[in-house]
Amino acid sequence: MISAQSFGENGKMKDYHHTGPVEYRFSPYTFNGGTVLAVAGEDFAIVASDTRLSEGYSIHSRDSPKCYKLTDTTVIGCSGFHGDCLTLTKIIDARLKMYKHSNNKMMTSGAIAAMLSTILYGRRFFPYYVYNIIGGLDEHGKGAVYSFDPVGSYQRDTYKAGGSASAMLQPLLDNQIGFKNMTGVEHVPLSKDKAVQLVKDVFISAAERDVYTGDALQICLITKEGVKKEMITLRRD
Amino acid sequence: MALASVLGSDYADFSFDTDKSYAFGSGLAAEPTSIENLSFAIKGAFGSAEQDDVEKKIEFLHGTTTLAFKFDHGVIVAVDSRATAGAYIASQTVKKVIEINPYLLGTMAGGAADCSFWERLLARQCRVYELRNKERISVAAASKLLANMVYQYKGMGLSMGTMVCGWDKRGPGLYYVDSEGNRVCGDLFAVGSGSMYAYGVIDSGLRQDMSVEDACELGRRAIYQATYRDAYSGGQVNLYHVHGEGWTRVSQDDVLLLHHKYQEKL
Repeated sequence: MISAQSFGENGKMKDYHHTGPVEYRFSPYTFNGGTVLAVAGEDFAIVASDTRLSEGYSIHSRDSPKCYKLTDTTVIGCSGFHGDCLTLTKIIDARLKMYKHSNNKMMTSGAIAAMLSTILYGRRFFPYYVYNIIGGLDEHGKGAVYSFDPVGSYQRDTYKAGGSASAMLQPLLDNQIGFKNMTGVEHVPLSKDKAVQLVKDVFISAAERDVYTGDALQICLITKEGVKKEMITLRRD
Repeated sequence: MALASVLGSDYADFSFDTDKSYAFGSGLAAEPTSIENLSFAIKGAFGSAEQDDVEKKIEFLHGTTTLAFKFDHGVIVAVDSRATAGAYIASQTVKKVIEINPYLLGTMAGGAADCSFWERLLARQCRVYELRNKERISVAAASKLLANMVYQYKGMGLSMGTMVCGWDKRGPGLYYVDSEGNRVCGDLFAVGSGSMYAYGVIDSGLRQDMSVEDACELGRRAIYQATYRDAYSGGQVNLYHVHGEGWTRVSQDDVLLLHHKYQEKL
């Protein structure tokens, strides 16, 4: 770790000599990479993630998907610090069970989103380092996507990319799904097959340019029939 | 504390040292991308490497523009809709006006999660007040509840600059409340990094006897001008009007379309 002490005021490296006491601090967080994406259609939703788990220059695993099924109509994608992703999904599962037992029904997507917001804000002063995106069907059967920040701010979207390659994917989605910055184009609603193809293309592009994204892509397609998973290989370099 | 009791969990110890920000030790001298809260805040130019035992003297303005002003026919509230995480625009469609109840509105500037959480809690407290006292809460009381809630967390890093706007038996009400502990009543406020641009437009056109339509147009224009010059404001202009019967959502206009409209008028 290059500490600030080794650089002098003018930015040049100082000569090696005794610099005085330097404090090294344990960091409870690390960044494990990964990208998550969710798209909401008229009567379906897609949550997709890559399956690479990395740390620094290393890859820990090529088969670590970031989509977690919560209910038959809701899937959550979590990227960021893998330790917090695991704990957070365990907590969400437990809360879902508690709700089912006290209210005798499954939580709806909107309710899960609101609950996740308060779970995340509960750790406002020691946050879960996780970027969450929930995809699913709302009470009316329409596709819904909810995107979060690490401390619980959330909103409902039509499409959202999160994680390490999010800044690369989001503009492409804005153009292809949101028809932004295009004039004279007919706004056709997104069909299921088109959406899946778009997600595949978008992840292939992300794997080209982001070191933390690659290996394989897991797509979860949520319809009223349930959750269907599909795996596609990506670049492994 | 309020936070612990609401979430029903045992977070008694809030003494965690929040001065030190987190860097993930990846073994690289990577740029310290600390946990970027989705926020309307511009991350301080100090980055995450500073240690401040004393409170930061310079308060960085938050990346947003929100404004509200009183006039004869009520209160106009206008906001932009951009949310930034550092230099990345995380969303262009954020709702920065929170509908606390049918006659009270709250605006959002600063940390997105902070604003939405505490204003949602405020909505709950206002409802409890109504149930206990069998009458609507006043704007002064609602703003005081919010100010007192966040004052307990003063110095712990909350970032919230909000305007509580409504209509009660004293007429139109407008209060500015922030996470530093300020709570002031006023006729005109603009909050955020684009506030100076908004003030310029409002100050030059505001008259107390304006018609509702003119006042709406003034608010819209002020936000538009702020989004034009401020990089951290943009998206859409959301406009609300608070009157005797409560609040009405007047319009939502994309800034790009407003730009074309105003260009044509020239």
